Amino acid sequence: MNVLLRIIALVLKELATVFKEPRSRMTIIVPPLLQMFVFGYAASFDLHQARFAVWDQDHGPAATQLISDMRASNVFLYAGEVSSPAAVRRCIDNKKVMMVLEIPAEFQRNLTSRGNGRVEAIVDGRNSNTAGTALIYLSSIISEFNNQWRAANHLPRAPVDAVVRAWYNPEFESRWDIVPGLIGLLTLLQMILLTAMSVAREREQGTLDQLLVTPMGPLEIIAGKCVPTLLIGLGQATAALLVARFWFGIPFAGSYGVLYLGLGIFLLASIGVGLFVSTFTATMQQAMLGTFLFMVPFAILSGLTTPITSMPPLVQHITLIDPLRYAVTLIHEVYLQAYGLNGIWPQLWPLMLIAAATLLWSSWAFWRKLN
Amino acid sequence: MNIADASTAKLRCAHVHRSFRRKNGSMLRAVVDVSLVARPGTVTALVGPDGAGKTTLLRMITALITPDQGSIEVAGLNVVKSPAAVQAMVGYMPQRFGLYEDLTVEENLNLYADLHGVRPGDRAAIYEPLMKMTALAPFMHRLAGRLSGGMKQKLGLACTLVRTPELLVLDEPTVGVDPVSRRELWEIITRLVGDNGLTVLMSTPYLDEADRCDAALVLYEGRVISDGPPKAMRDLAAGRVFRVSPPVGQTPRYMQARLMAQPGIVDAVPEGGQVRCVTATGSQTVNPLANLMPQAAVPRFEDGFMITLPQKPHTDSSANAADHKTPPDKTPVHNSNKNQTSNPAASQDPVVEVHDLVRRFGEFIAVNHVSFTVRRREIFGLLGPNGAGKSTTFRMLCGLLPPTSGTLRVAGVDARRAGAAARQRLGYVAQKFSLYGHLTMAGNLAFFASAYGLHGRKRRERLAWAIEEFGLADYLQILSGAAPGGYKQRLAMACALLHEPELLFLDEPTSGVDPLARREFWQLINTLAECGVTVVVTTHFMEEAEYCDRLIILNNGRILAQGSPAEVRRHATAKGSQPPTMEDAFIAIVEASAAAAGGKA
Repeated sequence: MNVLLRIIALVLKELATVFKEPRSRMTIIVPPLLQMFVFGYAASFDLHQARFAVWDQDHGPAATQLISDMRASNVFLYAGEVSSPAAVRRCIDNKKVMMVLEIPAEFQRNLTSRGNGRVEAIVDGRNSNTAGTALIYLSSIISEFNNQWRAANHLPRAPVDAVVRAWYNPEFESRWDIVPGLIGLLTLLQMILLTAMSVAREREQGTLDQLLVTPMGPLEIIAGKCVPTLLIGLGQATAALLVARFWFGIPFAGSYGVLYLGLGIFLLASIGVGLFVSTFTATMQQAMLGTFLFMVPFAILSGLTTPITSMPPLVQHITLIDPLRYAVTLIHEVYLQAYGLNGIWPQLWPLMLIAAATLLWSSWAFWRKLN
Repeated sequence: MNIADASTAKLRCAHVHRSFRRKNGSMLRAVVDVSLVARPGTVTALVGPDGAGKTTLLRMITALITPDQGSIEVAGLNVVKSPAAVQAMVGYMPQRFGLYEDLTVEENLNLYADLHGVRPGDRAAIYEPLMKMTALAPFMHRLAGRLSGGMKQKLGLACTLVRTPELLVLDEPTVGVDPVSRRELWEIITRLVGDNGLTVLMSTPYLDEADRCDAALVLYEGRVISDGPPKAMRDLAAGRVFRVSPPVGQTPRYMQARLMAQPGIVDAVPEGGQVRCVTATGSQTVNPLANLMPQAAVPRFEDGFMITLPQKPHTDSSANAADHKTPPDKTPVHNSNKNQTSNPAASQDPVVEVHDLVRRFGEFIAVNHVSFTVRRREIFGLLGPNGAGKSTTFRMLCGLLPPTSGTLRVAGVDARRAGAAARQRLGYVAQKFSLYGHLTMAGNLAFFASAYGLHGRKRRERLAWAIEEFGLADYLQILSGAAPGGYKQRLAMACALLHEPELLFLDEPTSGVDPLARREFWQLINTLAECGVTVVVTTHFMEEAEYCDRLIILNNGRILAQGSPAEVRRHATAKGSQPPTMEDAFIAIVEASAAAAGGKA
């Protein structure tokens, strides 16, 4: 009875502290929404008018058809023709184009005689993200070309194998990929920051000591920090979800129940990280720095911007302790792929583990400081 | 102030105003219509509690902020028009001494010499007398952060003196510094003024320091409430200051509380086992102390100051009801079912037992083999300068910090294993009255009521009690962060007493509080002790030891003396007719232990 009364008092106190002051009220509402819009538009890897050149050594009708297919797409912009390896190197080096399509001399003959042709794409790899995206577009154009060629020539199979396929996002809109992931990224930042700052504020103002001399135990104090922050986090996730669904118009495929269950556990893990940060910071300034110490690697290693599979093996192992990695995958799986509880289980249990580890560690650290 | 004064003055402030915008948009009038003149070769004191406007005024004089209205001239130069020239002439020591803790003593001096453009060739000749005067010569290569509070203060002063300033401005140079260092600093200032004709302006919360100055300005809430030589203030109290001895079996603080409440008495403080009283009228009329065999005492600045203040509530309660200086009409009643006894003698039953307590922070020993016992119903004081180990000991008592070694029993329970039940029995008021600033006064009360598990009728009763006894009714909907200082203190006390603790811990409750509020506060503590609460209190005001039943004096982590105020005072010998003060005792004990250490070596 008393324990419940005390925890309710802590929760109300925490919520009042956040919402009564105009500045802290602003920081939990405005930045997440603002970032949702800014990242939603700015952090898009969509290609528009990517310039490409062609080294056509064949000049057959098939090659001409392929080139005109590419020119017809509004992704690529035809920049001209080159005719030597040196020219290819030159135009990529000075960023005149980002891709050169090389069509070998025997392309038409191989296609008609053996039903099998090969083209080569030379891509400016300096920007791996756009290059990767460009290749995906290219392969989709080729596969479209394949379909037509096979139908016209009654071939049993595709003359050129399309290696890269894009599921769930047939229009190649990277916004579909990024925006749902942002729900995880933004709430993670807010949860760590809110928790770490609220503990640091109490430390700075001496109210933490005041709490510790009351009959409240460390677990109650931790619960008093978790519950209100979790409520705020669920509110923010909902706001972000509404922006994704209705502003960006990304259709929601899965179950809201499953998504909120996953989000709840992810938010607890984030709060745990925030408490973990707070155990080794004494001031609000240190809490702020501590938050970004965790936030930046978490964001980079989450797979949201760089695919985890394209990271070095050692770094891939480090991503295993990143709660955002699981959250981004989980949100994609529920939002875009309509996975159920079974489907997201591989993401769910690591999040539970992270939440349990950080929360227990923080409770222990609180307890140890007093004993 | 006459024209001749103004023309030769080192400092002249005329009708200076300065306001700040608070976060909530309202204006804080930090300095209101302050005028002052400092003549060459004098020491002027700015006296007042925290928030009186002392630092704001000093920062305007040193051209760090500009006044909204009025003019300030240093040696004839206007600070607003030529701030750089003024800063080149003024030596300024901010609070916390303005030192770089990660630099050595010598590097700090060099830095200040560089900043003031002192040529390297001249430095040795300048440093030598400074180091001699401050006795810092053996510590030239020690990091400033590792000096004691008193040494930091002297180094801070030396840094401002690397070139001779026209005006030396010191912001609270003696706060929280031990009595020995405080005495040494005053010797240095007196010598600088006497030998070099330096002009000094310093701020202080200690009224006794005003007695040592040539002029004293008392500031309160930004306004000058008295101005002039301290002698004028002392003369106000001439023939009105007496000492009376308590009857056998009565403590001085018990008698003091009764006298303070008596009409015709302006001030009463326990001192040297007696009570020092200031009567409302001169001795030619009937002395309210006549039947107590009063002995006349030498008036001090503080006595005159208390006479000038608006009077106590029992003579004028309605007019000041809304003023936060005024104590509640009734003294707070705690545990009202318990009988109030006329003899509040402590029982022998120990409530706090500390044995051989040690706390280290790395190499540093903050608390060094400390043992003491607090008995039920007594007021127990932990006294000492900043850095003496008071707060560390205090935090260990409250279970906020584990000891390195030693045993510590609070209310019969090992403080290391004090569970919720044990904590339910104690109340704690932190330094600076730690409250939730974003919650209203009512919100804070409700939160702490829940924290202590109060509910139902009991909760309503206790909240009503707190609101009434601490006079909080008109302030309940104000955010506690925006409440006046006096109300923060009241709210903090109310929150700590909601659950009727039997043991109350108070950490520096009177630091930075004006003299009237301090007396009010001690009156409240008295009442609580009489109602059966054991009170453990820390303070750096040595004279406040007189309010305690027993006390320990800490310095450098060790107990210098312990016992009743009378027992501790016995360490010092009387100076003439005046009995020794706690401060005399502290100095005598430090000197005796230094002599003993010297004898052994």
